[in-house]
Amino acid sequence: MALSDDLRDLYQQVILDHSKSPRNHGQLTCDCVHVHGDNPSCGDEIDVYVKFSDDGSIADIKFDGQGCAISQASASMMTVKVKGSSRTKVNTLMQDFRSTVMGEGSIQDEDALGELQLLEGVQKFPQRVKCAMLGWRALEQAIQQAEEAKC
Amino acid sequence: MRIVVLGKTSPMIDLSHLRADFPILHQQVHGEPLVYFDNAASSQKPRAVIQELTRYYEQDNANVHRGLHELSNRATDTFEAARKKVARFIGAANTHEVIFTRGTTESINLVANVWANQYLKAGDVILYTGMEHHSNLVPWQLAAKRSGAVVKHIPVLDDGTLDLSLLDSLLTEQVKIFTCVHVSNSLGTINPVRELCAKARALGITTLVDGAQAVGHLPVNVQEIGCDFYAFSGHKMCAPTGIGGLWGRAEKLAAMQPWHGGGEMIEVVTLETSSYKAAPARFEAGTPDIAGVIGLGAAVDYLEKVGIDTIHQHGRELTAYALQCMAELPGIHILGPQSERGALVAFHLACAHPHDLVEFANTHGLALRGGHHCTQPLMKRFKVPGTSRASFYFYNTTAEVDRMMDILHRAVKFFS
Ligand SMILES: Cc1ncc(COP(=O)(O)O)c(C=O)c1O
Repeated sequence: MALSDDLRDLYQQVILDHSKSPRNHGQLTCDCVHVHGDNPSCGDEIDVYVKFSDDGSIADIKFDGQGCAISQASASMMTVKVKGSSRTKVNTLMQDFRSTVMGEGSIQDEDALGELQLLEGVQKFPQRVKCAMLGWRALEQAIQQAEEAKC
Repeated sequence: MRIVVLGKTSPMIDLSHLRADFPILHQQVHGEPLVYFDNAASSQKPRAVIQELTRYYEQDNANVHRGLHELSNRATDTFEAARKKVARFIGAANTHEVIFTRGTTESINLVANVWANQYLKAGDVILYTGMEHHSNLVPWQLAAKRSGAVVKHIPVLDDGTLDLSLLDSLLTEQVKIFTCVHVSNSLGTINPVRELCAKARALGITTLVDGAQAVGHLPVNVQEIGCDFYAFSGHKMCAPTGIGGLWGRAEKLAAMQPWHGGGEMIEVVTLETSSYKAAPARFEAGTPDIAGVIGLGAAVDYLEKVGIDTIHQHGRELTAYALQCMAELPGIHILGPQSERGALVAFHLACAHPHDLVEFANTHGLALRGGHHCTQPLMKRFKVPGTSRASFYFYNTTAEVDRMMDILHRAVKFFS
C-alpha cells in the first residue's frame, strides 16, 4: 500500500473530526484526580481529569491540552469510551488499545474497542505511537493515583 | 552562474547546476522526487567531500602528530591544512586559534566549562538571549549552578528581533559573559553580533557567538565581529557529522586551563604532574576525528569554489521567494523578521499541528522539520506548540519551493 493511503488511514475522517471537535473537552473542578501528561520531545500536552465512583468505575472524565491531531483525537475518543466504565473494563480497553497502536499482542475485546480501532493506522508511523498513547498514559496514572489514595 | 527571470522576484541566482554534485538529492521518496528542506538541521554533502573521506581512508589513514612515517606525515599535513582553511574561511588572525571539536554543542561546552570554571563567581551574570538554541542555554545554566552565577536574557520582540531597548539595563558590569546566536535556527533572525560584541567588550565582558547557522551560509569574519569565542558545526556546511570548531581569541585561549586530559595535549608527563601544550593542542586531547577534519577542509574548499557571497545571495533570494509564496496560505503565521533573515522560514498553520503537517509533507517526499527546534523557550514566547520549518541551502531551487507550495496547499485542504 502506498504511503499516501497509509496517511489517509492515519487521518481518517472520524479522527480528524475528534481532533477538531474534541468530546469531553474541558476541566472537572469537583472532587477528582487530575494528571498532566506531556511528550517533551514534541511539545504535546494533556490534562486529564477523572472522577471515580466508589466502586472504582469512571463517573466522569474530561481532558484539555494541545498537540497533534493524533494525540488530541485519541484522548477525545478515549474519554467517550471509558466514561461510565468499570475499572476492569477500562483496564482491558487500555491493554487492547496499546496492542492496537503497537500492532502487537492479542486483542481481548474487539467490540469494546469499537471506533478506537480506527487508530490502528498509527502502527505504520512508529514515531506517532507516543502521540496516540499520551491521553491513555495520563488516564493510567490517574487510576494509579486513585488506588494509592485508597490504601 | 545563470540568471533566471521569475515572475515573483527577479533576477535570481540559479545554482541548480550544483545539484549534480550532491548524489543524495537525486532520489524518490515515497514515490515523489525528494525535496530536502531540512538544511538547518543538517546539510547534504557534495561528492567532493565524500570522495575526500574515501581517498583519506584508502591512501593516507594513520594517526596524526605521532608517527614519523609517511602515512602519518601525510595525514598530519592534510589535517593541519584543514585547520588553515577553516581559519581563513572564518577570518581568524591566527591558525592556532581554531580548535577542532565535535561541533557547536561541544565548542560551547568547552567554554562553559573551562572558561566559566576559571572566571565565574557567585553573583556574576551570564547574559544570553531569548532565542538561543538549547545548546547555548543548558551549558550556561550548568555553569551557573556550579559557580553561583545567575543567568539573564535579552527578550525577543514580536517581530523576532532582540529587544535592544533593554540592552543598557541588561549589559552591565555584573555580566561576565555575553553569548548570542548569530543566525537563529527557529526565527531566521540575523543578530547584530558585531554591535553587541563591541558594546560588551567595551565593558570588559567576554563574548561568545553561536555560529551554527551562519558559517557556510553567509560571510563570517570573527575579527570583524569582535567576539572572543565563535562556535560552529561542520555538518551544517557540507562537512561530515561529528566535526566542528571553536575559534577563540589567542589571548583568551592562552589563559585557559585544559578541559579533557590525555594524549596530544601535554608537553611533559610525570607520575605526579603534567605540563600542557598551548592552544589548539591543549584543547584537543586524544585522537581527533581525523577524517572529519579532512572532510571539513574539503567542504571549505567546495564552498569557496561556489563562493560564500553567491551562497548568501542565493539564500536571501530563495527565502524572499518562499516568504512571498507562503504568505498566501490561509491561516499561516510566519515567525521571524519579514526582511533580512537566514535561509529558513518557520511557520504555523492554523489547521494543522506541525507534526501532522510534517507527516503529510513526508508522504510527498518533502522533508520539513516540525517541533520546537531545540528552542523551547522561544516556542513559549510565541505561544505556539511548535512550528514547521523549511530551511534552504544553495542547491535548493524555486521549482522546489513551488513543489512545497503545492504540497502545503494540499495539506490545508486535507486538514481543514
Ligand atoms: C543555532 C544553533 N546552535 C547550536 C546548534 C547545535 O549544533 P550541533 O548539534 O551541531 O552541535 C544548532 C543545531 O541544531 C543550531 O541551529
